Order: sequence, then C-alpha cells, then structure tokens
Amino acid sequence: MLASKSWRAGHTNAHWPLDSQTRIFALQLLNIGEITPVTRIKNLLGTLFGAVFAIASGDAAAYVFNMPKGVTDISRQVYGLHMMIFWISVVACIAVFAVMIYSIFMHRKDKGAVASTFHESTTVEVIWTTLPMLVLIAVAVPATATLLALEDTRNADLNIQVTGFQWKWRYTYLDEGIEFFSTLDAEHNKIRQVRSGLDPASVEHYLMEVDNPIVVPINQKIRFLITSNDVIHNWWVPALGWKQDAVPGFINDGWTELSEPGTYRGKCAELCGKDHGFMPIVLIAKTEADYATWVDEQKASAAAEANSADRVWDMADLMSKGEQVYNTSCAGCHQVSGAGLPGVFPAIAGSAFAMGDPSAHIDVVFNGATGTAMQAFGAQLSDVDLAAVITYERNAFGNDAGDMVQPATIKALR
Amino acid sequence: MSTATAAHDDHHDHGAPAGLMRWVYTTNHKDIGTLYLWFSFVMFMIGGSFAMVIRAELFMPGMQVVDPQFFNSMTTMHGLLMVFGAIMPAMVGLANWQIPLMIGAPDMALPRMNNWSFWILPFAGTMLLSTMFMEGGGPAFGWTFYAPLSTTFAPDSTDFFIFAIHMLGFSSIMGSINVIATVLNMRAPGMTLMKMPLFVWTWLITAFLLIAVMPVLAGAVTMMLTDRNFGTSFFSAAGGGDPVMFQHVFWFFGHPEVYIMILPAFGVVSQIIPTFARKPLFGYASMVYATASIAFLSFIVWAHHMFTVGMPVAGELYFMYATVMIAVPTAVKVFNWAATMWRGSMTFEPPMLWALAFVFLFTLGGFTGLMMGVAPSDMQYHDTYFIVAHFHYVLVTGALFGIIAAVYYWLPKWTGYYPDDRLSKLHFWWSAISVNVLFFPQHFLGLAGMPRRIPDYSLQFADWNMVSSIGGFAFGLGQVFFFFIIVKTIRGGEKATDECWEDAQGLEWTIASPAPYHTFVTPPEIK
Ligand code: HEC
Ligand SMILES: [Cu+2]
Repeated sequence: MLASKSWRAGHTNAHWPLDSQTRIFALQLLNIGEITPVTRIKNLLGTLFGAVFAIASGDAAAYVFNMPKGVTDISRQVYGLHMMIFWISVVACIAVFAVMIYSIFMHRKDKGAVASTFHESTTVEVIWTTLPMLVLIAVAVPATATLLALEDTRNADLNIQVTGFQWKWRYTYLDEGIEFFSTLDAEHNKIRQVRSGLDPASVEHYLMEVDNPIVVPINQKIRFLITSNDVIHNWWVPALGWKQDAVPGFINDGWTELSEPGTYRGKCAELCGKDHGFMPIVLIAKTEADYATWVDEQKASAAAEANSADRVWDMADLMSKGEQVYNTSCAGCHQVSGAGLPGVFPAIAGSAFAMGDPSAHIDVVFNGATGTAMQAFGAQLSDVDLAAVITYERNAFGNDAGDMVQPATIKALR
Repeated sequence: MSTATAAHDDHHDHGAPAGLMRWVYTTNHKDIGTLYLWFSFVMFMIGGSFAMVIRAELFMPGMQVVDPQFFNSMTTMHGLLMVFGAIMPAMVGLANWQIPLMIGAPDMALPRMNNWSFWILPFAGTMLLSTMFMEGGGPAFGWTFYAPLSTTFAPDSTDFFIFAIHMLGFSSIMGSINVIATVLNMRAPGMTLMKMPLFVWTWLITAFLLIAVMPVLAGAVTMMLTDRNFGTSFFSAAGGGDPVMFQHVFWFFGHPEVYIMILPAFGVVSQIIPTFARKPLFGYASMVYATASIAFLSFIVWAHHMFTVGMPVAGELYFMYATVMIAVPTAVKVFNWAATMWRGSMTFEPPMLWALAFVFLFTLGGFTGLMMGVAPSDMQYHDTYFIVAHFHYVLVTGALFGIIAAVYYWLPKWTGYYPDDRLSKLHFWWSAISVNVLFFPQHFLGLAGMPRRIPDYSLQFADWNMVSSIGGFAFGLGQVFFFFIIVKTIRGGEKATDECWEDAQGLEWTIASPAPYHTFVTPPEIK
C-alpha cells in the first residue's frame, strides 16, 4: 500500500485503518464471513488508538484532522488564516474556560463558598467589549488582503469554462476548442449502487475518480468560468484553496496557478439533487510540454469521433455503444434498469413513448424537455452516442421497437 | 345563601376541565404551553429518527441502507422538523408557561389566538410529513430549499411543503404577537422593563425578530409557488429572474431565524446560572443591550451564508466585517455568565449542569462561527461537515440544551415533583459525552474535505464517520430516556417546595408547586 502520509496529496485511502490488510467493512460484517462485529469494533478501537498515537508522535498528517495546506499560493494563505483564527479561538477559549472551571471547583457551596453580591462593573464591561473588537480588526486586515487576491481573476493565460450538469461536469477549453464531459468512473459507479455488495476499498480513491479528468498546464494563470446547466452546483478542489458556486444563467469565476505537476481531487459541494454525492472532480496538472501533447491528442480523437458518424452502424454495435452511453449519461435518472423513479424521472422500460415515433424520441433526447431535469443532450453527446443511446432505449430493458437510429440521422439535425 | 356563595367561589378557582376537549378548547396559558412542549417533543423524536437513518447510512462507506434520493429527503426533513417542529415550538411552549408566571400576569394577552396558534401546528406538521408518502417522495432539496432545485426540479409534493411552511409561519407570527402584547401590557405593577427577568427580555426581542422575518419566508415560498405553478420566473434566469435572489431572500429570513432559536436559550441560561450560583446575574443591563445588538446585527449579515455564490468582492468584504462583529456582543454574554459564576456559591443540580454544558459547548460553536465569518477561509469551510459541526454545536448543545435545562429547571413548578436526581444526572452525562462523540469529529471531516449532504464518501472519511454515528445512536437513545424521566416526574416523586430551588429569585417561585390552574388573578406588587 501507499505510504501513510500520502493521503493528503490526493485523498488516497492509505490510512484506512492502521493496516491495509484489515480494511474491513461492516458490509462484509452484515454478510456472513469471518468478520464479526467484535472484530469490527476492535478494528475501530485500533484506529482510534492509532489516531491518538499519531498525534502524540507528531504524525497527525496520516489522519484526517485538518484542512490541507493545498498547493497554490492562495491555498497556503487561506490555510494560514484558518490556523490564525483557530489559535486565537483556542487562546480565548482557554481563558474563558479557565475562569469558569476555576469557579466550578473553588466557588462551590459544598466547599463552604459564600456568594458575593457584586453584579456590575462598567469598567470591566468596557474592557471586554473593546478587547474582542481589537482582535477582530487584527484578523480582518490579512483576511481582506487574501480575499482581494483570491478574487482577482485578471490577466489569465488560459480560460476554461466549467459547467455543472446533474451529475457531471463539462470542461470547455475556450482557447483550445476542446470540450468534454467528466463523470464518476464506471467501476466506482457500480460499487456505489445501493446494496451493490461491492467493496469500496477495492478501488483507489473511492468516489474521487472520473472518466475524463480536467487537465491544466503548470505555471500559467488559469481562469475558470463556472456556470451550470440546471441546478446550482459547486466546483471545489480543496488543494486550490477555494470553491465556487455554479449558478444556472450566471457565470462566476475563480483562478489558480499551479507550480507542481500532480493530481488533485475534489467534489461538487452544493446539494444538486439525487446524485450530488457522486460528481467528483479530478484535476491533473502537467508540465507545459505534456499539456501540449495532451491537447493534440484530444483534438485528434475528436476528429476521429466526428468521422465515425458518417458510416452506417449495425444493431450490435449501436446497442453496445448505447449501453455504455446510457449508463454514464442517463442511468443517473432513468436508472440502469430503465425503471426510472416514479413521480420524478419517467421509466424508459416499457414506455410507449420510447418505443413509439422515433422522431419524437430523438427530439426529446436531442432538445430536452424545457423546465424539467431532462437536458438537451444534442449539445452534450456526439452523433454516434446519441444514435446509439436512442437505439438502445428502443430495444433494451425488454423494449421491442426493433428499429435503429443512425448517426447520420442525428448529424442531419445539426 | 351559603350554597350560592360556595358556587360562586367555585367559579373563581376552578381547576382544569376534564376530558379531551379541555385540550382542544383551552385558552389557558399553562395548558397551551404543555401542548406546545409535547408537540415539539413528538417532532423531536420523529426528526431524531430521521437523523438516525442519516447516521446509519453514513456509518461506513458504500450505500447500505437507503437510496440517495431518500437520503436527501431525510436530511431535508430532519432539518425542517428540528427547526420548525421541535426547537421553535418548544421555545413558544416555554414562553407560554413562563412569561405570565414571570411577569405576574394571569394569562397571555390574547388567549383565544393562543389556542389557534398552537392548533395550526399539528396540521402543518402532518401535512409536511405526508409529503414523504407522495409520488416522487418528500422534499429532498435541503432545509434551505434553494431554487431551482426546489422549483423546476422538485416533485409535486413540494406544493404541500410550501403550504405547510405558510401555516407554520402563521402560527409563529400569532405566537409572537401574543408574546409582545403580553409583555408590553400585562406586567405586574412596578415591574419596569429593566426589572424583567432575562428570559422575558430575550423572548420579547425574539418575538420582534419573528414578526419581521416570518413574512419574508412566506414571501420566498410564495414566489416558489408561483414559479412552480403560474409561470413566473422570480428564480429562473431563463425568464429574467435570478436563482441567487432566492438565497438572499431565504437568508434574510434564515439568519435572524438562527437567533430566534438561540436567544430564548440565552434567556434560560441567564435565569439558571444566577439561581445555582446564588448570586445575581452579572451585568443585567449589558445582557439586555447585548441581546438587542445581536438581534439588530442578525439582520445585516445574511449573505455570510453565501460567500461562494459569486458576490462582488465589496459585498463579500462588507458581510465579513459585519459578521465578525457579532462575536462582540456574544462574547459579552459569555463573559457575563462566567462573571456570574465567579465567587458564587455553586451547586450542580441538573438544570445547572445543562446550563453549564450550554455555556461551554455553545462557546465552541461560537468560535467555529467566527472562523467561518472570515470569508477567505469560508471558501474552504463552506458546505462541508465543518459547518454541520458548527450549527449542531449552536443548535443542539446550544438551543436544545437550553430547552432541556429549562425543562429540568421549571418541571418541579409545572408538576409539583422534582425529577429523579440520579436518572437526571445520568441523562446529562450520557448526553453531554455522546453529543461530543457525535459532533466533534465532524469538524475534522469537514476540514479534510467531506462535503455535507452526501450519502456516501471516500475512504479517508470512514473512521470519523463511524465514530460520529456511534455517538449519534447513543445521543438518540439518551433522549428516549429523557421521555421516561419526564413521564416519571409527572407521575410522582419527591415533592417540590414552592420555591423549588434554594433562594431562587423571581415571581414564578412565589406561587404553589404545582402551579395552580389560575395564577396571579390579582397582580403581585413589585417593589
Ligand atoms: C437529470 C435527470 C435526467 C437525465 C440525466 C436524463 N433524463 Fe431523460 N428525462 C428526465 C425527466 C425529468 C424526464 C421527463 C420530462 C418531462 O416531464 O417531459 C425525462 C424524459 C425522457 C424521455 C421521455 C420519456 C417519456 O416517456 O416521456 C426520454 C426518451 C428520455 N428522457 C431519454 C433520456 C436519455 C436518452 C438520457 C441520456 C442521454 C436521459 N434521458 C437522461 C430526466 C433525465
Ligand atoms: Cu452538483
């Protein structure tokens, strides 16, 4: 397993629990097996003991206790402010608690304490009103400086638009003409299904892995233009030191400049509906040369994808491609089984609409249904993906329309 | 002749009427107070059971118990029930019982409206809960119900949620009008405003806050209603509206709302500490001014809940400065409580234990609040478990502990019996320890990057979530135990004296225990 200090670099599961051999979940505990509740509790006690030991030995980094320092100048400033107010609070707490604890032990009736009668002192009141005020002013000065720096998005070298969707992110490289969606990794998605019986510890970075990470170059000021297509989301990579709401119809911005190549992970931080917990962010910082290579690859694969729309596809290919697209883009709402969620997301399985007139079916997927969670996928998926997923819906889950939709049909709509 | 006199006398000191209709028709402040308190306890248990579902799902990584949509509806309903069903009605219940007793009034000023403001609640609560059984499930957009998740993207049951919020708002407004009318008009002769007990003062200020902000909440849900059903676009950018405006309107209500829940608890603690320190409250006048300034400041800081929403930087700076200012009057209150204890002659009966726990733990919640007021750091804290820890410290170990302290403090006056000392202390220590096991680790989780309102999480968060869940189950169990203590006290126990607590000051301790059905029919004279 990984070294115990590395979780911070990108939230690995390295510290869980003390010994990686004993990563046990009550999931297994609920099933039968060698793991009894007693072992589980013992394990937890071991972890707690380990935590205390880790603090004592100055190895607290191996445990989840504090905000990460992050990897940018801003994130380090934010961390510094956080620690500053934290210590001010600790000192103030100790002072007040000491007074109270002292009276609790010394001024008690069973020790024969006799109550005095004083109950007012303007001098004291004035002192303890002004004192906190001075401390607060002292905090406000560096806080103002950090906030101004954090919000200063001028003079960016690279602009990337980030758009939140229920429940995925779209990254549009405004200067390079690259655009793609980023969704929870398929394997993780299987594990996180209710009572899937799969072990979250069987993958690295559980729930913090995506199919297409956002890639950025180091040593450039990158400006993120953040917005949403449906409800409010929030784009948050803790290592950058900030988060920003993605509001439909409005564009917010934020910036970062990284100095080290690396992988940084985060999550959507604003409740955005059913799968809010399942729209992670993976940001990879590359050297300028590696980044240029990546850009070229992206452009080449986009061109290849566009070409494949011109050939005629057969049923088997459309169905297998369609299943893949459906599971990434549609199953979040309509469910893997096609059953939907009554009252919220209509069923596709057995739906007369889905098996009916192909052009109506294409229309709702391509243009969405205004004012509902059903998005316009025409702007999100390629011709091939759309043709495949519609064909899949017409012929999967026991549906028997029997017909196919060709990529060329979709291409003609654009 | 003598018969007639007897009948006449009867009429004057009659006790409570018998039967169920006593409770339906009652205009007696004590009966209504009792109704409010029991209602809030029922809601507290239901809201608590939802919290148990949340903690069960979060016990370990992976999805074992509920599906994500239902999980969201659990967090939403837990928040709504605790805020609108448990804490607020419990505070109104305390006000009903105690304000007339503490100012020497025979009843509340508007007894019939009092009946009505209570009886709206069970209907509103039932309507809110019934949404859980409707197609599409109950509200699942968080207790803050941000648009457009709660408008365009919410199930039909949301319209019932809106109606329930309207009814809860009516009830609160009527309750507050009653408190204001009572306090301003019905004080015993000689009781000037600056002689009023602090609980009465904090409630008077709370009532003004309620009247000011409940209509704003009503406005927010009404705009939601028309956006959802009548084609308006208040909160939809597509029609020229603004989803962020929803948050401004909501928090203009929501921020004072958190003080509505905590100010009466401040009042309770300011009654209890002097009693058990056997020493007058330090800085009475400054306590009143501090409460009033907190109330005033609560109106001008709302957008500190929205630092990441994309405000202009000038707005962020203003809301940061205004927010950290609230620390000043709050600190003054804590200093005053500490100074009241200083060189007192303290004993530690159950009400005092809860009040002390309140001061210690609320202070912790206050400090995390200060941390979050600093806008750049809040860019990291916002919407993580750090804020979940913060507001549970101020609302559970703050508002709720204040309510429990009040119940232990006044229960002998209400029932005529002292709660069993050993059981009450067990309840206290069990709760005080488990509540910290429950909420303290959530600070770590939030700082380390766990967002709130997620049903499943990455493995580095596993350990603390399990600790927190264990604390949660223990704390929940402790409150079921509280129920038995209350029932046991109502049924009997050590008889309470009229004074109840040694040398306790205040009019409520001058009447018999249990308090007769009618009190202060002739007003007492205050020197
Ligand atoms: C964020 C949730 C969501 C996602 C993701 C989603 N849909 Fe939908 N879908 C809906 C909703 C809500 C409706 C109902 C719209 C309405 O009320 O008209 C709907 C309706 C439909 C319908 C019409 C069904 C009928 O019986 O009327 C089809 C077909 C459909 N979706 C296909 C898809 C496909 C294909 C995908 C993936 C590419 C997809 N949906 C992804 C939410 C979603
Ligand atoms: Cu989201």
